[in-house]
Amino acid sequence: MTDITPKIRILKGAEPDLSAATFQIHDESHTIGNALRWMLMKNPKVEFCGYSAPHPSENVINVRIQMYDKLSSLTALITALNDLDSLCETIDNSYTHSLQHDKFERWEERS
Amino acid sequence: MSKKSGSKRTKVESQDAEVDPRRLVGISAERVTNISSTDFPGHYPDEDNSWSHKKFKKNLKVEVKRLSQRSIEFDLVGVDASIANAFRRIMIAEVPTVCIEEVYVFDNTGVIVDEVLSHRIGLVPLNVDPSIMSMKESGEAQATDQNTIVFKLELECSWHPSMQQPSKDKGKAPAHAASQSSATPSTQNIPDNMRYVNYELLSGHLVWKPVGEQETVFGPNEASNPQKPGPINPNIVLAKLRPGQGVKMELYAVKGVGKDHAKFSPVATATYRLLPHIKIKKPIPRESVEKFKTCFAPGVIKVDSRTNEVSVDKVAVRKDWVSREVLRHPEFEGVVELGRVRDHFLFNVESESAYAPERLLPEAIKVMREKLASIKRAAEMLAVPSASELIEVEKPQGADVSMQDA
Repeated sequence: MTDITPKIRILKGAEPDLSAATFQIHDESHTIGNALRWMLMKNPKVEFCGYSAPHPSENVINVRIQMYDKLSSLTALITALNDLDSLCETIDNSYTHSLQHDKFERWEERS
Repeated sequence: MSKKSGSKRTKVESQDAEVDPRRLVGISAERVTNISSTDFPGHYPDEDNSWSHKKFKKNLKVEVKRLSQRSIEFDLVGVDASIANAFRRIMIAEVPTVCIEEVYVFDNTGVIVDEVLSHRIGLVPLNVDPSIMSMKESGEAQATDQNTIVFKLELECSWHPSMQQPSKDKGKAPAHAASQSSATPSTQNIPDNMRYVNYELLSGHLVWKPVGEQETVFGPNEASNPQKPGPINPNIVLAKLRPGQGVKMELYAVKGVGKDHAKFSPVATATYRLLPHIKIKKPIPRESVEKFKTCFAPGVIKVDSRTNEVSVDKVAVRKDWVSREVLRHPEFEGVVELGRVRDHFLFNVESESAYAPERLLPEAIKVMREKLASIKRAAEMLAVPSASELIEVEKPQGADVSMQDA
């Protein structure tokens, strides 16, 4: 392909107000797909969220989001991404803290 | 977590009172129950369950348990499987490492053919810290001193000086070695290292050839990397050679990720399992205590030497493999409930790369956050123009089957 593939495309069949839409995310897999789906489902304004990796030969995932009350699924997506980021940061900090302050077994492993 | 149990409870009960039954996956003889997490808004009436960073922070527990120079064991408690799995997948497939990607063969007269030997060389883990290298965007991209490290691999096998060498042709065997059939037992038993010189091509034979600024950036310095670029293990046999056979190659190492080729994976294994949970519901008769104990991994079941009372060792329970052996015996029917704690992940990560094992999770989190940031950037771009214009109308041409539809 000559032109650069966009990271996200909104597939056809989306509501004009984006209250329900399928986002095709390029170059992502179950790694992000499942985590993002989980975080979107934690949002009470989301009526439905599911994802699929349509085919192993296609390097994309499709994330379907349907909202209550005609709210924007794009906003929900951005919120979920922000929440996931803060989750990652918290885990990182907690891990680093444990590594520096906790007492744990250190051992010599022979290869 | 449920409230603290009443003060006058038996030992067995008080131990289990801590785990919220909702966090348990049930394991019975033929089936597993309560597999899926239910902490979603709308699942339980009158419960919120929506995402709360404050609540998450309060419940989250990350604890390093064991650390060696090659592997780490840590607990990740209070996260969903999708998050734990994301980190595991990223550690295997998306944390970058440096590996030999291109091999230029000038000479290879050994019995291992070029492509097989090249493949073996590619799999050798290198000690180069990937963070000081940049990613070479594609195979055709220009190699620079920032994205490519060059090694030379040269070795020539010859006869050991102690083996008498009649002719100047080093490829020809010495007189007594050539006549193997009539050789005396004493010459047959000469070990390889007394017969030949350089008879094994090892990973340790890689010689780093710094170019450009690499001498200062990648070279040995006290702080970041004490050694110069090379294999982590110098004793990997890449090929075996015999007198007259030799190898001469130039190798280009680049930064890459495990999803492109498994050689780039920084881990040997990155796994998690759920914390086992054993609940003893009835006292065990004195005569079956020993049998009960052997149904579990060693150390999991504690027996009070005085009262013969059976309990589960809180620390050792993680070692249990939840074999369900105890459920096979009729005398233990209804005595125990086996399970696993759904949000308590016991990670075990073995590093096989330049990363110290304790660095792998932070690197995975870094990759995850970069991914989230790039998706967020794209999503925010979508939010700017009127979104309806961007909705796909035309299917792209050329494909036999369109898979664009949701």
